Amino acid sequence: MSSSFKIFDIAGSALAAQSLRLNTVASNLANADAVASDPNSVFKAHIPMFKAAPELAGAQTPGVRVTGVQESQAPAEKRYEPGHPLADAEGYVYAPNVNVVEQMVDMISASRSYQGSVEVMNTAKDLAMRTLSLGQ
Amino acid sequence: MATLNTALDPLFGIHGAALAVQRKRMDVIASNLANADTPNYQARDIDFAKVLSQTRQAGQGSATSLGGAGLGMTATQAGHIAGQPTDAAQNLDPALLYRVPLQPSLDGNTVDTQIEQGKFLDAALHYQASLDFITGQVKGLTTAITGQ
Repeated sequence: MSSSFKIFDIAGSALAAQSLRLNTVASNLANADAVASDPNSVFKAHIPMFKAAPELAGAQTPGVRVTGVQESQAPAEKRYEPGHPLADAEGYVYAPNVNVVEQMVDMISASRSYQGSVEVMNTAKDLAMRTLSLGQ
Repeated sequence: MATLNTALDPLFGIHGAALAVQRKRMDVIASNLANADTPNYQARDIDFAKVLSQTRQAGQGSATSLGGAGLGMTATQAGHIAGQPTDAAQNLDPALLYRVPLQPSLDGNTVDTQIEQGKFLDAALHYQASLDFITGQVKGLTTAITGQ
């Protein structure tokens, strides 16, 4: 039984990565309406970058790792609202490039993946317990 | 694991090795599920039939002395060099293959979560079955020893 419970490392890395993804979605949605008067200073949607992590549990059974959170390169949304306190000289405000529908889909995907990993951990735990009580 | 296999092989047959292989298989599938959202990740799985035939072939020489499905080689002469370890899960590289995707995705990921969950369940059930067989053997042995 060398390196006995690799499966917990693997599923654990998936839980960490998916919860970070959920946090990112929450942050993007929270900032979806934070308008600004300048397209460069407005909030940009954050995207987590996933990568297989062989250093976690071996090359044959890699875990997953978040290599970083990057900003979306989509242009900020330009809205004509001359009465807005933050409007620029031409009457425009700039809204974040957060696509709310896309974020909701991302949220569901992350939540399903998280549930799947919890299921894997539960099964592995049950089997480990049964193996430990072998022959009783 | 290895000592358990060699010491009690005549009793547990192939189940000790089967446990190791199914466990490794669960590791591989858990890894697929963990990387279900990783771009360019390719899903893998262990070909159980291949491992089984390898294990059978490796154990052919010593099969009779070990009572059926022997694993690895047995040194019958003083000059023999020790063979490969009997732990079947140690030598799985040729049987660790890539899954053929049913619906390849744009980001190069070939993990289909539903299929992987099914395969994980399959591996878990096989593991449980082997556990139950071993438990049965131990119970039988206990009855024989205690006579009750």
